[in-house]
Amino acid sequence: MTTNEKELQVKALQNGTVIDHIPSDKLFKVVSLLQLEQVSNQITIGNNLNSKLLGRKGIIKIADRYYAEEEISRIALIAPFAKINVIRDYEVIEKMQLSLPENFTGIVKCPNPRCITNNEPMKTRFEVMNNDPIILKCQYCEREIQQEDIQLL
Amino acid sequence: MAGYSSFFVFLSKRSKNEPIHLTGMSTKSIVSITDYSKEQILHILDSAANFEANPNRTILSGKVAATLFFEPSTRTRLSFETAVNRLGGRVIGFSDASTSSFVKGETLNDTIRMVSNYADIIIMRHFLEGAARYASEVSSVPVINAGDGSNQHPSQTMLDLYSIRKTQGKLTNLKIAMVGDLKYGRTVHSLLMAMSHFAPEFYFIAPDELKMPDEYKLICREDGIPYTEITEFSTDIINEVDILYMTRVQKERFTDAMEYEKVKNVYTLRKDMLEGSRENLRILHPLPRVNEIDQDVDTSPKAYYFEQARNGLYARQAMICNALGMI
Repeated sequence: MTTNEKELQVKALQNGTVIDHIPSDKLFKVVSLLQLEQVSNQITIGNNLNSKLLGRKGIIKIADRYYAEEEISRIALIAPFAKINVIRDYEVIEKMQLSLPENFTGIVKCPNPRCITNNEPMKTRFEVMNNDPIILKCQYCEREIQQEDIQLL
Repeated sequence: MAGYSSFFVFLSKRSKNEPIHLTGMSTKSIVSITDYSKEQILHILDSAANFEANPNRTILSGKVAATLFFEPSTRTRLSFETAVNRLGGRVIGFSDASTSSFVKGETLNDTIRMVSNYADIIIMRHFLEGAARYASEVSSVPVINAGDGSNQHPSQTMLDLYSIRKTQGKLTNLKIAMVGDLKYGRTVHSLLMAMSHFAPEFYFIAPDELKMPDEYKLICREDGIPYTEITEFSTDIINEVDILYMTRVQKERFTDAMEYEKVKNVYTLRKDMLEGSRENLRILHPLPRVNEIDQDVDTSPKAYYFEQARNGLYARQAMICNALGMI
């Protein structure tokens, strides 16, 4: 695929969101995280595309759908370097690079079975201790979770 | 207004020598020792010394403290309840989750909201980690954590600090050896965090399976606190230090029973091991002690663990009054 063809594909979206630079092995996790299987909008998913940055990458285009930062921040947990292009009327009106928020509320599951969050109907809350690799700390039981152990609710 | 009137009763009953401590009248939950700044720790310790000089006052007259013990802990509960009773307050609560609505499936949220209608302060022990932080978020009255699973137990740390300062006359520049289970022992972790304000030097003496976790060693390095890790419990170290903080090596912490058998008596303190130790050395232990300190050590003037437990009363009196915004 040439750069022009790729740009054409991105710009071919009249309105919506393009999630680019997803590592190929994380693409379907992102699909699942955004619960795209339940979305009725037109969705184009490409994987194993050439990428100077990643070697191979995945891309997701969702027509007529815009995401709040809270929804998008979930992606940063598994694909922190993904880029979000917001398209309106065939133009990229906003390019945003995902960055981990300082806290996650109600998104990540605490792996500690003796944590109150796993025993009480309540939202989990994690503080981001480190960005790369990601280390989260439960604000209740105070355990730290390494990137590979992160489980989403 | 009850809080203010009690406060003025407190002022009127002060002796002339006692300093007035006013760090703000707001109430404050205490979940972790790290909820206190260095200045607040010193303030609580000063207050605890005042309570030791005069432990029976009526400054909590008209106040109700709820002691909610979802997990039995006789020593901690009696210490907190004595602290309230000696200050003229009243105590409600339960000493075992089986006698609470917990067995009916009531959430912690509902229990705390209900109790905070009745009590001025909640003192809670829970078997789940993070329960105290959550309780402090949903409660309308201050919550003091009396232990949440293996997570935090700040009043233990406060009484440890009080005991160290009382026996050494200072908190700064002390050599402290921590012995035994340094991996799972919450008391040593919290003590390390609290002492990090006071330029200590640490010796971590533990079997490989129970070594001090990396995150605490990292904190030492970041704060420029020297530490030495050793697996052998020898008189070389005992003779060096000001405080010997013993902990229990628990069988259930070992995956390999053979390993436990190998180390269970290695970290036992005997009286003869104290022969070359410093005059000012004091032996601390959060109790209950099993076999990590021989009974014959009890007669040594350097054994301080029973006095240490008594100091818990004064430290808790100070923490309760501080949480209520009264000192």
